Amino acid sequence: MTDTAFDTTPAIDPAALKVSDEVAIEISNMNKWYGSFHVLRDIDLTVHRGERIVIAGPSGSGKSTMIRCINRLEEHQSGKIIVDGTELTSDLKNIDKIRSEVGMCFQHFNLFPHLTILENCTLAPIWVRKTPKKEAVETAMHFLEKVKIPDQANKYPGQLSGGQQQRVAIARSLCMKPRIMLFDEPTSALDPEMIKEVLDTMIELAQEGMTMICVTHEMGFARQVANRVIFMDQGQIVEQNEPEEFFNNPRSERTKLFLSQILGH
Amino acid sequence: MTTLTDPPAESFKLSMLVYDTRYRSITFQILALVAVLLLFGWLTMNTAQNLNDLGKEPSFSFLGESAGYDINQRLIDYSSQSTHLRAAFVGLLNTLLVAAMGCATATVIGVIVGVLRLSGNWLVARLMTVYVEMFRNVPVLMWIVLCMAILIEAMPPPSAFRGDDPDATMKLFDSVAITNRGVYIPEPLFSRSLGDFHVGAAFDVSINLIAILIVLGASIFVARGIARRADAKQEATGLRPRTWHTRLAVIVLPTVVLLAILGFHLGYPELKGFNFAGGTYMRNSLIALWLALSLYTAAFIAEIVRAGILAISSGQTEAAAALGLRNNRIMSLVVLPQAMRVIIPPLISQYLNLTKNSSLAIAVGYMDITGTLMGITLNQTGRELETVLLGMLVYLAISLIISGVMNWYNNRVKLVER
Amino acid sequence: MADTHAETVLFVRDTMLPQQEPPLSTVGPVGWARTNLFSGWLNTIITIVALLFVINLIAHLLPWFISGTWNATSLNDCREMMAAVGNEQGGACWGVIRERWPQLMFGFYPAELYWRPVLVLVLLFVALAPILFADRTPTRMLGFTAVFPFLGAWLLWGGTIWNPITALLGFVVGYVVFSLVSKVVNAGVSLFVAVVASVIWWTTLAGYVVLGLSAIAPLAIASVQSREFGGFLLSITIGVTAIMFSLPIGILLALGRRSHLPLVKALCVGFIEFIRGVPLITLLFVASTLLNIFLPPGTNFDIILRVMIMTTLFASAYMAEVVRGGLAALGKGQYEGADSLGLDYWQAQRLIIMPQALKISIPGIVSTFIGVFKDTTLVSIISMFDPLGLANAIRADASWNGIYWELFIFIGAIFFIFCFSMSRYSMYLERKLQTGHR
Repeated sequence: MTDTAFDTTPAIDPAALKVSDEVAIEISNMNKWYGSFHVLRDIDLTVHRGERIVIAGPSGSGKSTMIRCINRLEEHQSGKIIVDGTELTSDLKNIDKIRSEVGMCFQHFNLFPHLTILENCTLAPIWVRKTPKKEAVETAMHFLEKVKIPDQANKYPGQLSGGQQQRVAIARSLCMKPRIMLFDEPTSALDPEMIKEVLDTMIELAQEGMTMICVTHEMGFARQVANRVIFMDQGQIVEQNEPEEFFNNPRSERTKLFLSQILGH
Repeated sequence: MTTLTDPPAESFKLSMLVYDTRYRSITFQILALVAVLLLFGWLTMNTAQNLNDLGKEPSFSFLGESAGYDINQRLIDYSSQSTHLRAAFVGLLNTLLVAAMGCATATVIGVIVGVLRLSGNWLVARLMTVYVEMFRNVPVLMWIVLCMAILIEAMPPPSAFRGDDPDATMKLFDSVAITNRGVYIPEPLFSRSLGDFHVGAAFDVSINLIAILIVLGASIFVARGIARRADAKQEATGLRPRTWHTRLAVIVLPTVVLLAILGFHLGYPELKGFNFAGGTYMRNSLIALWLALSLYTAAFIAEIVRAGILAISSGQTEAAAALGLRNNRIMSLVVLPQAMRVIIPPLISQYLNLTKNSSLAIAVGYMDITGTLMGITLNQTGRELETVLLGMLVYLAISLIISGVMNWYNNRVKLVER
Repeated sequence: MADTHAETVLFVRDTMLPQQEPPLSTVGPVGWARTNLFSGWLNTIITIVALLFVINLIAHLLPWFISGTWNATSLNDCREMMAAVGNEQGGACWGVIRERWPQLMFGFYPAELYWRPVLVLVLLFVALAPILFADRTPTRMLGFTAVFPFLGAWLLWGGTIWNPITALLGFVVGYVVFSLVSKVVNAGVSLFVAVVASVIWWTTLAGYVVLGLSAIAPLAIASVQSREFGGFLLSITIGVTAIMFSLPIGILLALGRRSHLPLVKALCVGFIEFIRGVPLITLLFVASTLLNIFLPPGTNFDIILRVMIMTTLFASAYMAEVVRGGLAALGKGQYEGADSLGLDYWQAQRLIIMPQALKISIPGIVSTFIGVFKDTTLVSIISMFDPLGLANAIRADASWNGIYWELFIFIGAIFFIFCFSMSRYSMYLERKLQTGHR
C-alpha cells in the first residue's frame, strides 16, 4: 500500500539529518490502562533531538495512545515522561508548557472549521504565545508558503481538499515554533493521490532537523526518512531498529508477520 | 487498578490546589459546594426569619382540614366538606384528564397536518403551513382565553334550545348540545350494572369499567397470539396467512357481547326547564382548555412529524423499491421504523409541554392542580410556601415519569441500532 | 468489449438534434396546476374541498373585517352603528382598538412620557444591529450595545442618571479587579474575585455613591413606577431581559452539565431538570408570593424585577439544553485540536467550541427566544397587565363587555409579527452561516 507513493521523491541528503546527543523526550517505565485493559505496558523510549522516529504496528497496538500521552491528550498512570527537561505531571503549568513546545497533527486534521486557514494558524500564537497579531500573521504566511498553500489563506477548511487540510494542520502546528512534532497517522484519512503532498511536506520538515515521531503505515516514508523504526504490538515496544535492518532483517516473529501482511501483496 | 502516578516528589504547595490536575477538580468542587451551601443556608435563614415574623410555622396539617370550596368539574366524589388533600387530588385528576385528552387530539391533528404539509397538493400544503405558523407564533394562553371567549359569547344559551322553533339545535343526531354553559354529550349507562368497587373509603371504581378493560386486554392478547402464529407460519413456509379479519373479530366481538350483557346504552342530554339534564356535562373551561392546548400542540407535533419523515432520505425508499418491496411494505418495514425513532422523543417532550401548559387552566377557571392547590387552597389557608412547593413537586413527578418513559424508549431503540 | 457490437451496428450521427420544447401540459401555469393541484382524482377532490373552504372563509371574514366601524365608543354603540347602515351580518368593532391601543401598547405608562419607551424600542433595534447583522455594521457599535441595557432601564423607569452609571461602574470595577488579580493568579480565580468585587460594589457601595452624586449633580428624569408598566411594553421588557440574560446563563449551565466534575455536573443537572419539570406559572407564583419570603426581611423589591428573575431562570434551563445539544454535535477532534495547541479550557471554549456549538444551536436558541416571549403572557395570571391581562380588563369593562375577536386579533397579530420575524431571521442566519463556511 505504500512504496509507490515514494518513487518520485528526491533522495534526502543524509548530512542534513544529524542527530544530537541532547535528549528531547524521555519515557521510562510508562504504563496506562483503560479501565482494566492494559493499553501501554512498560514503555521505555528515549528520543534525541533531531531524530525521526516512525512507529508501526497493527491497529489497537497502542501506537496512537503512546504519542498522545506525550502531550497529555491521554493521561498515563505510572512511569515518567520528560519532554524537553520538563516532567509531565499533573501540574497544569507543565502541561501547558509542553503542549506549546510540542506540535501535533491528527488523522482527521482537526482544523477549526469556523475559522479561515490564516485564523487557524494565528490563533494559538496570539492566545497562547501572546504574539502581536501582525507578527503572528507574518509567521503564519511564512509557514503556509512552506506548505505551498499561501493562496488559500482566506478560505475556510471546508473548501480545501484533504491533503491541503493536512498541510494546513502541519503549518498550524509549526506556527507555534515547536521543538518536537508528533504525527498521528497523518495520511490514513487521505485519498492516495494526496498522500504524497503531505509526505513531501513532512520530508522537508525532517530535512530541517525537526524532531519527529510519526505513527504511520507509510513504510516507504519510514525507509527513507526515519532513523529509527519502532514496532509496537499489544501495548509493548516489540522491536526497534534502523530502517534498513528493520525491513530487511526483522528479528521478532510478530514483526515478520506484520511486515509480510503490510508489504507482501 | 490501583497503580497511580508516583508520589509527588516535591512537597505539597498551596498553589497545587489550583494548578495540579489531581487537586484542581476537588478544589473547584469544594468551592462550588460551599457557595451552594452558603446560598441555601442564606435562603433558609431568611425564610425561617420571615415566617417567624409572620407568625407562621411550616406545616402540612392544613391538608387534612376541610376545604370549604366546591369544584364543579370532577372525576371523583368531592364536596366542600372534603379535605384540601382530596381537593388537590381532584385537581390532579383534572390535570391528567385534560392532558390525556389534549395529547390524544393533538397527536391526531398533528400527524394529519404534518403529513398534509408534505403533500404534493400545493393548496393543502400551504393551508397547513398557515395553520402551523398561526398557532406556533401566538401565545397558547391567548388561544385558551380566545376559545373560552368564543364558547361563552358565541354559543347559544340553553334557553335557545327551547320552544317549538328553537334558535339552536342539538348536533350529531340530537345527541350533543353545545351551549354557552358547556357541552353536554351522551353518557355511557349500564342497565344491568355490576356496581362500584370501593377502594378504602376514598374512591369508587366502576366494576363495569374494570370488566370491560379486562375483556379488551384479554382479546388483544389473543389477537397478538394469532399474529405471532402468522409470523411463525411465514418464517416456516414463506407464506403469510391473512389474519386481520380474525384478529379484528377476536378484539371486537367479546367486548360487544360483554356490553350487551351489561345492558350498555347511552344516556342523552335532555332539556329540562332552563338547563340540560342527563348526559355527561363538560364545562366550557375544560372544552376551551382542551381545544386550545390540542390545536396549539398539534402545530408543534406537525412540525415534528414532518421533520421525522423528511429525515428519512429518499435513498431508503429507493433502496427498498429496488429490492422489489411494495409501497405499503416500504412504509411499514423501512420508513416508519426509522421515522418513529426520530419522531417519538420530541413527541413525548411535546406531551410534557402540553401537560405543563395545562396549568394555564387557572386562566379560564378549570380546577386543575394549579387551580385547587396553588389557587384556592393557597388563598384560603395562606400557606404559600407549602402549597407552591407541593404543586411543584407534583408537576416534577409527572415530568420525571414522562421523561423516564422517554429514556426507556430511547434506550430501547438505541439497542436496536447496534 | 463494445468493439464487436459496434461493428455490427455502425452508426455515426452527422446532424445534432436541436433542443425541443417540453410538452405544453408540463410547463407554465397549466403544467404547474396539473402537477401541484390536479394530479389524480383524489388530489383534485382535495383541491376543490380546500378551495371551497378558503373561499367560504374569505367570504365570511372579509366583509366583517372591512365593513367594521372605527368610531364606536362601546359595543352597544357599535351595534347601533351597524344596524344604522343596515349591516345585517355585523362588522368588526375596531373602535375598541382605536380607543384602547395606547393602553395595549404602554399599559398605564404616563401618556406624556410615551416617547421614552418608543425611544428605547428604537435604541433596542440600534443595539441589536451589530449582533443581528454583524457583517454589515461597524464593530464599534457593540459599545453602544453594551451600554444599552443601562440606558434602556433608565429611560423606562426614570429617576436619577447616577443609578445606571453606578450600575455600569460595577462592571468597570470588576474589570479592573480582574486585570489586576489575573497578573498574580489564573483566569478562573481572578474572575471569581472580580465577580465578588462587583457584587460588593453593587450591594453596598453603589447606594452611597448614588446618594452622593445625586446631591452634587441632581440629574434626573421623571420616574415611573413598575405598576404603571403594561401592555406590550411589559411583555417586551420582560421578554428582552429574559432573552438577554438566559443565553449566557444557559451556556454556563450547559458547560456545567458536560463538566467532568461530578458535583458541578449534579448541581447543573438538578437545576435544569427541576426548572424544566415545572410549569412556568408555578415559578411565577414563586415570584409573586414566595421570593420575598426567601430574601432578607424587609426586602421588597419590584414585582417586575422578580418576574424577570424567574423568567430568566426558566429560559436559562431551556437554553442550557439547546446549547448542550450543540456541544454534543461537536466531535472530540475539536477539543483535542485546541488542547494540542496549548489553549486552556476557557480559551478553547471561547475561541473554538462555543462559536461552533452556538452556530449549530441557532434554530433551538431562537425558538427558545420565541417561547420566552410568548410565555411573558403568563404574567397576566399573577395580575400584571400585559396585553392579555389588559384584554381581560377591557372585556370586563361595561362599555366593551362581550367583545373578543377584535381584541385578540390585534394582540395575536402583534405577537405573530414578532415571533414570525424572529423565526424567519433564524432561517436567514442559518443559511448565511452555512454558505459562509462551505
